[in-house]
Amino acid sequence: MQWEAVIGLEVHVQLATQSKIFSGSSIAFGAEPNTQANVIDLGMPGVLPVLNEKAVEMAIKFGLAVHAEIPERSVFERKNYFYPDLPKGYQTSQMAEPIVGLGYLDIPLEDGGIKRVRIHHAHLEEDAGKSLHEDFHGMTGVDLNRAGTPLLEIVSEPDMNSAREAVAYLKAIHAIVTYLGISDGNMAEGSLRCDANVSVRPKGQEKLGTRCEIKNVNSFRFVEKAINHEIQRQIELIEDGGRVIQQTRLYDPDLDETRAMRSKEEANDYRYFPCPDLLPVELDEAYIQHLKETLPELPEQKRQRFTEQLGLSAYDAGVLSSSRALAEYFDRVVELSGDAKLAANWVTGELSAQLNREGIEIEQAPVAPEQLAGLLKRLQDDTINGKAAKQVFAALWAGEGHTADEIIEAKGLKQVTDTGAIEAVIDEVLAANPAQVEQYRAAEPEKRGKMVGFFVGQVMKASKGTANPQAVNQLLAKKLEG
Amino acid sequence: MHDLSLTQMAKGLTDRKFSSVELTQTFLERIRKLDPQLNSFITVTETEALETAKQADRRLAEEKHSPLTGIPLAHKDLFCTEGVKTTCGSRILDNFVAPYNATVVEKLAQAGAVSLGKTNLDEFAMGSSNESSFYGAVKNPWNLDAVPGGSSGGSAAAVAARLVPAATGTDTGGSIRQPAAFCGITGIKPTYGRVSRWGMVAYASSLDQGGPMARSAEDCALLLQHMAGFDPRDSTSIQRAVPDYLSLLDEPLQGLTLGLPKEYFGADLNPQMAERLQAAIAELEKLGASVKEVSLPLTRLAIPAYYVIAPAEASSNLSRFDGVRYGHRCADPKDLEDLYKRSRSEGFGEEVKRRILVGTYALSEGFYDAYYRKAQQLRRLITQDFQKAFNEVDLLLAPTTPTPAWDLGSKTSDPVQMYLEDIYTLGVNLAGLPAISVPAGLVGGRPVGMQLIGNHFDEGRLLNVAHQFQQVTDFHLKAPELN
Amino acid sequence: MTINAEDLHKVAHLARLSIEPEATERYTQALSSILSLVDEMQAVPTDGVQPMAHPMDATQRLRIDEVTETNQRETLQRLAPATEKGLYLVPRVVE
Repeated sequence: MQWEAVIGLEVHVQLATQSKIFSGSSIAFGAEPNTQANVIDLGMPGVLPVLNEKAVEMAIKFGLAVHAEIPERSVFERKNYFYPDLPKGYQTSQMAEPIVGLGYLDIPLEDGGIKRVRIHHAHLEEDAGKSLHEDFHGMTGVDLNRAGTPLLEIVSEPDMNSAREAVAYLKAIHAIVTYLGISDGNMAEGSLRCDANVSVRPKGQEKLGTRCEIKNVNSFRFVEKAINHEIQRQIELIEDGGRVIQQTRLYDPDLDETRAMRSKEEANDYRYFPCPDLLPVELDEAYIQHLKETLPELPEQKRQRFTEQLGLSAYDAGVLSSSRALAEYFDRVVELSGDAKLAANWVTGELSAQLNREGIEIEQAPVAPEQLAGLLKRLQDDTINGKAAKQVFAALWAGEGHTADEIIEAKGLKQVTDTGAIEAVIDEVLAANPAQVEQYRAAEPEKRGKMVGFFVGQVMKASKGTANPQAVNQLLAKKLEG
Repeated sequence: MHDLSLTQMAKGLTDRKFSSVELTQTFLERIRKLDPQLNSFITVTETEALETAKQADRRLAEEKHSPLTGIPLAHKDLFCTEGVKTTCGSRILDNFVAPYNATVVEKLAQAGAVSLGKTNLDEFAMGSSNESSFYGAVKNPWNLDAVPGGSSGGSAAAVAARLVPAATGTDTGGSIRQPAAFCGITGIKPTYGRVSRWGMVAYASSLDQGGPMARSAEDCALLLQHMAGFDPRDSTSIQRAVPDYLSLLDEPLQGLTLGLPKEYFGADLNPQMAERLQAAIAELEKLGASVKEVSLPLTRLAIPAYYVIAPAEASSNLSRFDGVRYGHRCADPKDLEDLYKRSRSEGFGEEVKRRILVGTYALSEGFYDAYYRKAQQLRRLITQDFQKAFNEVDLLLAPTTPTPAWDLGSKTSDPVQMYLEDIYTLGVNLAGLPAISVPAGLVGGRPVGMQLIGNHFDEGRLLNVAHQFQQVTDFHLKAPELN
Repeated sequence: MTINAEDLHKVAHLARLSIEPEATERYTQALSSILSLVDEMQAVPTDGVQPMAHPMDATQRLRIDEVTETNQRETLQRLAPATEKGLYLVPRVVE
């Protein structure tokens, strides 16, 4: 049977505020345990929450970026359950009236296509603390530094049908929140966390299958692996005559498997009700309009501009808009060099390859856009050829010079276009290889094309790569004809 | 000295008739001598009080003082006091020394008041008789066999017995007004949001409101002046200037229309109390007020609505007491569930557990609409009824309670019997209105309270009418005899 | 509305309270009688009435995003029943 997977994601984005959502404690990562947990975060008797304006602003910016409806009013509710990392015995969250309503996101797929994923809503809530299970005489240690960190939970509709689409969606969310500057997007530190709801159904069937929720799949790679694994598990289960049970499962990246979570087995009854310590949040039109005007150009708009105005391929446009820093880098190179296609080739090619090799982000690239543009200019005006350009780039990367010109000069990479000089080199090469010249001249004309490569190589070598390859080809052809 | 009003005390202090230390010692001595009969204090902070009094005397000498500088008072043990045990009348907080001050505590301290300690209360303010405290029942100073009312029973009894000239209280469903009525003192529950709730341990957050309890409206005005005001730490605090309550006290009552809600004068009301109230109404008419009957048809429904909303909020508010970060923790928990269940079950008393259970039930799946949502809808209707009444009259006048203080132990077996006694006070909290209880005589040697209810932010008018009433009556000057 | 022992224990578990067997009847009776009182509400029609969560018609005020708190761990953990290396200790949590 042909199966179809149905996937929805709940993405928790840690907002890049200075302080917590309801208190003035810092949310900086990596502090000593419980040094950023004040009386409010600890749920001391008598404390009260006051909402952080930046968290509200960030949530609305996200909503505007995904074309969502921003309701005039939103309400915080309490989600009641007991857990050691939840100091008050309830999580302040939103349920019936979230801050961001229905929206959507168009995500670029690897094949250049576009997939629309609807966003059901996004709501603000406070994060819980962390339980540390290493051995404290058989006890668990609780660190409440993270308790009260502002989270935006983004809930998609079950609009995705493969792990790859889910990853593309997650990457798109990641791009948007980092473009907006509302999150650092650091998945290793938990700034972006993802739960996936996965079900399968026979292809063509309308009705959804029973879903399982996979908790805490916190890297792009794990999202793909965990979902694929879960899809496979469900299909095998059904094909073996079994039935999928609705449950929460935890992905174990070491074993590459999901397993049911024990602690979530009991039926939860969260007893949501409006938090009496917080009043309804009301937003006026002018405020939302103001935020709209301050939004930066977003991935979708960038992609569109790159293809329509700069004439890039959909693929290149997708890659270049995937991160704000990369897109800004690219834009700057285009601005300085005036050649979008050339800039795109270099940013997606040489530069990205080098970043990958060293495992660093564009922000840490040792070659600044100004430097790369300087290099491209010398390519454009034929000062250097492509081969030399790669050498110059490597030298810039290694910090061997400040500008492309400096390196070209120091390494003598200037392209030789003077035909006299090239002819002299060709004459030398031909004189040094009489046998090959004989062979060439004796060969059938259709075989000569291949044979000319040898001479080009020799000439380039003799000129230390500086000879203009086109001039070399032309002059060689003439001279070999004798 | 212990019979002086706050204004008289302040005058005595500035005139150097006596020092704050002397005044403080006088009251500490009375507490030592008389409180064993009443049990109105949980903690007496003698050393700290005398130290503060000394500082107050210095400020008085330097003439850098406010009208409250050097005046002793006490805090209901629901307000967090930094460095001082804050128990909420519960075993679960028996070892809890608050790490910070409630805004109310801070403001009064800033004004130079001298705190003598923390007064007894129903556990987590849940009760109408002060019998649910882990620290034992409080006795009514007018009759040691009677309850002082609750939940601010310790504050009311202490003020009535002149163990302290004034105290703070909190009112979620009548917890300032009802004990004030039972103990023959004056107590005002301000408009919701007028007094900060920061550091006031929550029972039912959308109903809780702190306020002063003292012997007269004038004393309450002076205290409220220093307690009220916007607090950025409380999201429900109202940003609105606090009027000068003292300057409003002498406004004449001519032209004032008092509404008498007929449902508050029905069969529930003790007939002798009805007589005392009629006499009080006559006094107010003599002062120029006119009266008019109004109707609050849903009065009775305030009881079920309140006893859903308050427990629902409480069930969530009290989840933080879990034996992890502070408070009582059971011995040798075998697992997490055991830690929670035993710590909480050992730490909470029976009435608190009942309300947590009722609240949990009302919010649980399948019952939310029929209970919680329904109660919130009724709350709106009840509020609308009050607003309609205020279209016709300036203030409402009613009894504070249906009966005078009952005997200790007489209503503890059936919680519902006790809940029904709150009929005249609950609506005010549901609607967030201000209301004051004023002594209006005795029935069988037990005090009777007259309640005045105002529209939002009408505290000034309430204090004014109560003060004018107290200029022509002496019920508030009567003291119980204690030896 | 009456409440039986099973209902009681279900609710008690949600609230993390344990009710001793000998107290079960006392609690079921008290709760049943409270719920009967509460059921008086059902007599009033409230269709279309907007539920009222707050007594004042006010809206949420927002706080400026700034760090105003400093480390108070030592003071605050003095209140705690069990801590080690700055962590609050609880019986082992199983996921």
